[in-house]
Amino acid sequence: MIRDAFGLINGGVERRNLRELVDSRAVGALPIGCRYRAIDFPLSNMVNSGIRNVGVIASRNYSSLMNHLGSGKSWDLSRKSDGVTVITPYSVRGSTGTYRGEVEALKSSMDFIVHAKQEYCIISSVDYVFTGAFDDMMRRHVESGADITALYHIVGRHGDTDRYEETFFDFGEDGRINVIEFNPRNTRLKARDLRTYIIRKDLLILLVEESYAKGELGFTKDLLRNNLNRLRIIGFEHEGYVGTLFDVASFFKVNMDLLDQDLMREIFLSKNRIYTRVMDSVPAKYMKDSVVKNSLIANGCIIEGEVKNSLLFRNVHVGPNVVLKNCIVFKETEIGEGSDLEYVILDKNVSVRKGTRLIGNAEFPMVIKKQGTV
Amino acid sequence: MARRKRTVAMLLAGGQGSRLGVLTATRAKPAVTYGGKYHIIDFPLSNCTHSNIDTVGVLTQYRPLELNTYLSTGSAWDLDTMDGGLFVLPPFVKEKSGAWYSGTANAIYQNIDFIDHYDPETLVILSGDHIYKMNYKWMIDFHREKEADATISVISVPLEEASRFGIMNANDDMRIVEFEEKPLRPKSTLASMGVYAFNWDVIRKYLIKDVEDPDSEGDFGKNIIPAMLAAGEKIYAYNFGGYWKDVGTVESLWEANMELLTDFPPLNLYDDPWKIYSRNWSDPPQFIDESAEISNSIICEGCRIYGTVEHSVLSSGVIVGKGAVVRDSIIMKDTTIEEGAAVNMSIIDEEVVVGAECVIGAHHESGEDKRITTIGKSVTLEKGRRVEAGEEVRHDS
Repeated sequence: MIRDAFGLINGGVERRNLRELVDSRAVGALPIGCRYRAIDFPLSNMVNSGIRNVGVIASRNYSSLMNHLGSGKSWDLSRKSDGVTVITPYSVRGSTGTYRGEVEALKSSMDFIVHAKQEYCIISSVDYVFTGAFDDMMRRHVESGADITALYHIVGRHGDTDRYEETFFDFGEDGRINVIEFNPRNTRLKARDLRTYIIRKDLLILLVEESYAKGELGFTKDLLRNNLNRLRIIGFEHEGYVGTLFDVASFFKVNMDLLDQDLMREIFLSKNRIYTRVMDSVPAKYMKDSVVKNSLIANGCIIEGEVKNSLLFRNVHVGPNVVLKNCIVFKETEIGEGSDLEYVILDKNVSVRKGTRLIGNAEFPMVIKKQGTV
Repeated sequence: MARRKRTVAMLLAGGQGSRLGVLTATRAKPAVTYGGKYHIIDFPLSNCTHSNIDTVGVLTQYRPLELNTYLSTGSAWDLDTMDGGLFVLPPFVKEKSGAWYSGTANAIYQNIDFIDHYDPETLVILSGDHIYKMNYKWMIDFHREKEADATISVISVPLEEASRFGIMNANDDMRIVEFEEKPLRPKSTLASMGVYAFNWDVIRKYLIKDVEDPDSEGDFGKNIIPAMLAAGEKIYAYNFGGYWKDVGTVESLWEANMELLTDFPPLNLYDDPWKIYSRNWSDPPQFIDESAEISNSIICEGCRIYGTVEHSVLSSGVIVGKGAVVRDSIIMKDTTIEEGAAVNMSIIDEEVVVGAECVIGAHHESGEDKRITTIGKSVTLEKGRRVEAGEEVRHDS
């Protein structure tokens, strides 16, 4: 258990390719796996590591995030001292509300950072979905005497592709990161940055102030890359699953990946539980003619039709004679009788009229906007 | 000094519920599971919350561990308020003596200090044994309108069943003229639900007087109500029209669960404004495998279904293995039904392992044997075991 660290989660990352899904919610509030939100993963990882002081940096659209976090009680973070703090934009002089880079987000969180009582800071992000505690990473950080430890994973290990533009590391013989490639068009590098770092608090303050003063606003791109020679920056590998929330297709994939038996075991049944805001939903009800195969279902659903390879969030109603295949249905959506849906993401509170036929595909799943009627 | 409360509720949750057999061997009856994710006590507690009663004393006595753990701070029912809340009240040792709760009224008597602390105008007495949704406020309003000293909530039961209940004989104004406990020849069909409203200053005197009577059993139905009637106090019957189910026997518990599986259950749990609250945990969603067949069932989060589930109620974390068949049964939390096992007409308690190829309960094919099989908490049934219809398996046996 890590006692001497506080957490910072950047809940305000911008991922415009998530299109309609982030029109009215922050990336951190994206629904994952029938009952979770993206932020539950980094937040639970921190709680499972023993961290009791977590700041969540919010920017655009943060009401969905605030609503989800509440007092932090669901993560056991409603504490007399410390707990969870939402760092809202505009809260300090000079905060710009939307951030041009992580360094600016950290600069706007300086009050929280300065007042944190712990010696170390673990920074994490909401657009990577993985589970695991940070204990081993912390041990390595302290034992190696590194200034900064960055978490990475090897792309391709879990069948994921590396077609996304991201940050990649290369390492010297001493294990130090000596190359950082940012958005490489073609790269032989396989170690992808998971935007999760351990750094001493005083060093973080120093580096953020310095970087910000020079107008260098990216954390990996600028702050880390410009200090590769001056500081000892090492990598630590996360060997488990990593999903990404970069665009609609990757969002679709993360959710569908959860239907895999091995992954289900890793994500849902390991000792690192994922905590989320719990609600008083009725158990799911399967009616007489329901046919459900290879699917994950949340409480509160009423299923009358057929559901295959799909994920249903809370209180979804699947009407009679509906055929639902490879779909993700957010909470409180109503699917009318006799509809036929394939590769569709239905956002929350959507109404699908009787007999509607919608067919997308895995690369381009169709998205029906929140509260829409089709 | 606490702020004076207009209404305080006392919930009697100390009963054993011995007719539930092995299901109450390790827990008090109010802690028994119902409808997959609920416990019986969720119903009166949620009713209190929705009726704006924020001060609730829960009287515990028989096997309180599971119940106490479940109740915790009362936050699940929104009862962790600043100047009220949920209070677990077990029997305690006094200066010179200490005693168990000898009856329902005696339990309230022993907690007079607690109630005096809030000095309510109306004291509501509830029991933790029934499944129903009720706005107590309507009963309290009725009680105050009638300027009654006591009001007993009643429900109409079929005449042939009336002899199982405490029966009220009331005049046209609903004033109770006679009360008969389990009468052989019932004169009316108004049965007491075990839900009472009393004027605190009135009932307080009767509670104190009752203790002085060595022959009294310290029971509301048997002693207090008859004494109040004899003294000419104004006691009214409040007619409750909704669904009310006593789940005091294995059969009635099974039946109440099965009623939820109909297309339009008499008790609607999907009623948002009168939601039944319960403790909720961060269980993963339920996984339904390619090989699973589910119909007519209620299933909770954390379940993993690879086999067949028909007309059954499954609590969270239940695993039904490939080729296993669960029919007309209730399976409680974290129980595993291994591959190829068959469970029929049974209630299986928490953390049970039903080994592969086991056959539990009545034969499905005949469909005539209606005896219910019960398996107690934490029992492990080895592979291929046959448990007959109506049999009861306990952890120790």
